[in-house]
Amino acid sequence: MKPTPLLQISDLRTRIGAVRAVDDVSFSVSANETFALLGESGCGKSMTALSIMRLLPEHGTIDAGAVLLEGRDLLALPEASMRAVRGGAIGMIFQEPMTSLNPVLSIGEQVGESLRRHRNLGGAALRAESIHLLNAVGLPDAARRISEYPFQLSGGMKQRVMIAMALAGNPRLLIADEPTTALDVTIQAQVLQLLRSIQRERGMGMLLITHDLGVVAEMADRVGVMYAGELVEIAPRDAFFDAPFHPYSRKLFAALPGRGQRGGALEVIPGMVPALDSAFVGCRFAQRCDAAFDLCRSETPAWTQLAQGHTVRCHLAPTGSRTAMPVPTTSVTQAVMGKATALLTVRNLQVHFPIRSGLLQRQVGAVKAVDGVSLDIGVGETLALVGESGCGKTTVGKAIIQLVKPTAGSVLFNGSELTRLGAAGLRAQRSGFQMIFQDPYSSLNPRMRVVEILEEGMMALGVEPAAGARRKAMTRLLDQVGLAQTALHRYPHEFSGGQRQRIAIARALAVRPRLIVCDEPTSALDVSVQAQILNLLKDLQNELGLSYLFITHNLPVVDYLAQRVAVMYLGRIVETGDTRTVLEHPRHPYTQALLSAAPVISGPRPPKIQLHGDLPSLARPPAGCHFHPRCAQAMEVCRRQYPGQTEINSHQMVWCHLANQIA
Amino acid sequence: MMFKLVMLKTDALIFLLLAAVGIFTWYVRRHDYLRAPWRRVLTNPTGMAAAVVLAVFVVIGLLDSLHYRPALAMKAGQPVQYGVEVLSALDAMLPKLRTHKEKTYSAPLATHLYAKETIVLANGSTVRDYPRLKYGGAQLADPHTQWMRDIVQRIAWGVIEGLTLTALLVLLLAALLARRQPGGLVAALVRLLRGGNAIPWRTLLITCAILLMLGLVIVQLAAAYHVFGTDKVGQDVLYISLKSIRTGLVIGTLTTLVMLPFALLLGIVAGYFRGWVDDLIQYLYTTLNSIPGVLLIAASVLIMQVYIEAHPDVFDTSAARSDIRLLFLCLILGVTSWTGLCRLLRGETLKLREQEYIQAATAFGVSHWRIITRHILPNLQHLVLITVVMDFSGLVLAEAVLTYVGVGVDPAMYSWGNMINSARLEMAREPVVWWQLSAAFVFMFALVLAANLFADSVRDAFDPRGRVQ
Repeated sequence: MKPTPLLQISDLRTRIGAVRAVDDVSFSVSANETFALLGESGCGKSMTALSIMRLLPEHGTIDAGAVLLEGRDLLALPEASMRAVRGGAIGMIFQEPMTSLNPVLSIGEQVGESLRRHRNLGGAALRAESIHLLNAVGLPDAARRISEYPFQLSGGMKQRVMIAMALAGNPRLLIADEPTTALDVTIQAQVLQLLRSIQRERGMGMLLITHDLGVVAEMADRVGVMYAGELVEIAPRDAFFDAPFHPYSRKLFAALPGRGQRGGALEVIPGMVPALDSAFVGCRFAQRCDAAFDLCRSETPAWTQLAQGHTVRCHLAPTGSRTAMPVPTTSVTQAVMGKATALLTVRNLQVHFPIRSGLLQRQVGAVKAVDGVSLDIGVGETLALVGESGCGKTTVGKAIIQLVKPTAGSVLFNGSELTRLGAAGLRAQRSGFQMIFQDPYSSLNPRMRVVEILEEGMMALGVEPAAGARRKAMTRLLDQVGLAQTALHRYPHEFSGGQRQRIAIARALAVRPRLIVCDEPTSALDVSVQAQILNLLKDLQNELGLSYLFITHNLPVVDYLAQRVAVMYLGRIVETGDTRTVLEHPRHPYTQALLSAAPVISGPRPPKIQLHGDLPSLARPPAGCHFHPRCAQAMEVCRRQYPGQTEINSHQMVWCHLANQIA
Repeated sequence: MMFKLVMLKTDALIFLLLAAVGIFTWYVRRHDYLRAPWRRVLTNPTGMAAAVVLAVFVVIGLLDSLHYRPALAMKAGQPVQYGVEVLSALDAMLPKLRTHKEKTYSAPLATHLYAKETIVLANGSTVRDYPRLKYGGAQLADPHTQWMRDIVQRIAWGVIEGLTLTALLVLLLAALLARRQPGGLVAALVRLLRGGNAIPWRTLLITCAILLMLGLVIVQLAAAYHVFGTDKVGQDVLYISLKSIRTGLVIGTLTTLVMLPFALLLGIVAGYFRGWVDDLIQYLYTTLNSIPGVLLIAASVLIMQVYIEAHPDVFDTSAARSDIRLLFLCLILGVTSWTGLCRLLRGETLKLREQEYIQAATAFGVSHWRIITRHILPNLQHLVLITVVMDFSGLVLAEAVLTYVGVGVDPAMYSWGNMINSARLEMAREPVVWWQLSAAFVFMFALVLAANLFADSVRDAFDPRGRVQ
């Protein structure tokens, strides 16, 4: 007889208006266990969590099902008792630490609020317990921080405060809704480590909601995969990562970029998640499934047990026939390596933003967003620029295409020096380089139709001045990026995120550039959509001989796409070289830490290099090597002097005192 | 020719505005993202009811803006001479209201004057009593016995006429809808009365019914009485109130017309270019904002008044004189009231210019002017619209207050402010003369309430945050 699980959800159905956001979901979470709900955006993960807390948005109703917490049905409780459960028995951590804290209350007050409500503490005891909690979540100098306000904290520290608040009521169950999605990879590693240790210490159950397979691999004991409002597969972690059964789960794995897929195309899931307000016949994934057969389209599959604890909702399961995992087509066209002719040469680029203060607005300092960056991009080459948020990598991109005026340095594009060109001269060059932005929702004007969006650049730069030829060019562009011709006369809001990013790519291509600066073009997209966009970028490169400056924080994407990589830290490049060399033999401690912080999905897990603290401010970078306060191997010389460039071999360069010694 | 058309300056601007609204409507119909919020306005019952009331006011105001000078009666062979009095289409439709002047005050629907006078009887003796009115209730032989019956009869007739017209309207509408929807006339009628359409026709019909009945009752009564009484010089108060509508509308709309270019241009330029341009514009509007508005308006209106008196040859009629003062008041109100919208637009532009689609346009080398007109202006449209509709009612009220203080429109001009100002003196008298103030209050209240309700529904429809899915 198994003990009653901590949380038992059975047949939960939640509706938001006509949308059946959660449909017949059952699972359980035991004490001391982490259950991960995995799925892409819009599949109902967050709604499941909100249904448990009974915090559904307006028009949201729970139609059926039971949510048993330690045997007590939460759905039957009156609202007044439910308030004791929220923050008491169940703690919740939200995705966005920037907006989850009230900016006008000090963090002590916010943590204390929950302590007062659920633990009846007050006065000195309250303060002592608040400090204790903040210490427990690893907030440095908690006694002083307690009277600070959220704006004085970094993103990682805010997330720690959020965790402290969730822990204040001594919860038995912690719901973490994408707790690290908004954080950088090194901070993510810190927060995940913290969550793991707290859970072990307190013996809590944890419901982890995420779209990131890597986070699941690091954290979960059991995994539930959600698709279109229902669970399709539940399995223990190891079983899931060794042999995922459901075609959707397997597609998710295959869509992940990485070295294995290099040179080939990524697996994509065709089509889109079906609208949840329609009635479903058969399996919800059938339309997008390679292995679907007649039964899938007519009958909803039932749960089948594959092994102890591993159940799946698929018609293939009872027959036992497992379609072979599609093997990625390897090394179709390996780009010719070697010295390509340089298209872009950047030397000692600096972008400083002045800090002014006082009555006369005198300059008192500068934010050195970019502080002496040099890089080269050859024709048809992809250079990845990697770094955490706030390290200045986006500013490098914008300074190269002259959206931000560089303070100093040279940008030589195709033989002309961009920094010295006037407005007219620059316009003549503009069609040569374009940018693709991170957020497809804010990069398209909502008031313009696609035809107007595409036309704008062509008209401004005089590409295809004749209307007929322009129309033909736009037709071809839509073909190239894989959109239907009917898209031309529609507005951006009628498209999904992935489609919008295709429009943004078409807009950049419209003026026939030779270099495209891609600023995290896939970070706002789901894994399967990311795969589509990455495939598209790669195809376009092969077809048109484009060069990319690919700005990202996602190392597997770099591994998949880029020939060369440059790692940036606090406005400077710390290591650069061939992707393979740098990623396999990183020489700079920061590169090593970045690589180690990225969650590993399969294979052996090397020991983590934990980076302590946050990224320092660009306005006041540390003296000597910028990285030394966070570096485990820092020496005396690192504190005094910025290291010079060391050429390890023809494929790798690094800026580190350590490399000097070894070499 | 029976008359000579007169185009006052404000008339010209009103028709210009009408043309602008027409062009805007055509533009909206062609743009999906603009049409969608207006469709939401159309489906809001309160907003639509308010729109009907507003439409009545606008129609009266427009009729009152078609000005002419009638030809004077001349002997044959002489060249035609035109009267100095400027009349409007509204005057032509209400000849009785305009010309039926009593001696002095009379209460609403009264048959006798409000003050006792010495009356010379037929036999030569004199008596102090309330004399009969020249027009009000003149058809009654014995007012004391017949008055009540006559009033009730007229109200009943008005209601019956109103109901009949409403019924006709319902049938007409049902017939029109039946052509577009399946199920024939009866089905359309049922759907109409049960409120089963997307556009709240039923609410619209109820509003129309109430307005029709009210209007026809007033028409019936006004044929023989002064519905809102008469003022000090015996002028019909209903007539004054109706004529005041145009003044209120002109102030509310033309001021916006004056203010918009300032607010749009300066707000967007400040937010878009930042730097010293922004500093300059900010200094400008903070300075302007810190001067007391009434003081500025009083000074400007006085200057204008001096100018008018010094150049009598420029203005051929007294209507032209008071009209130029009204126009000037609109100008000066506009110049002092653009700061709020300007500040709002500057803030929004500051936010918009950092949007990635604007950066993408910059990367294409698109010119500043084109970025402003193609990318920023369309994304500010909802703010402008909401502010304009919200400001309208405030300006109508501002006119009343300024005129009351004595720095508003010309004292000879019909306006609610002037009505209140002249009623002020009589508030202290016993028995009190209340109807002038009440009439001005009722009309202003109806207009401002309708405008506010309409503004609310526009705001709800255009505000992206308030949208309920």
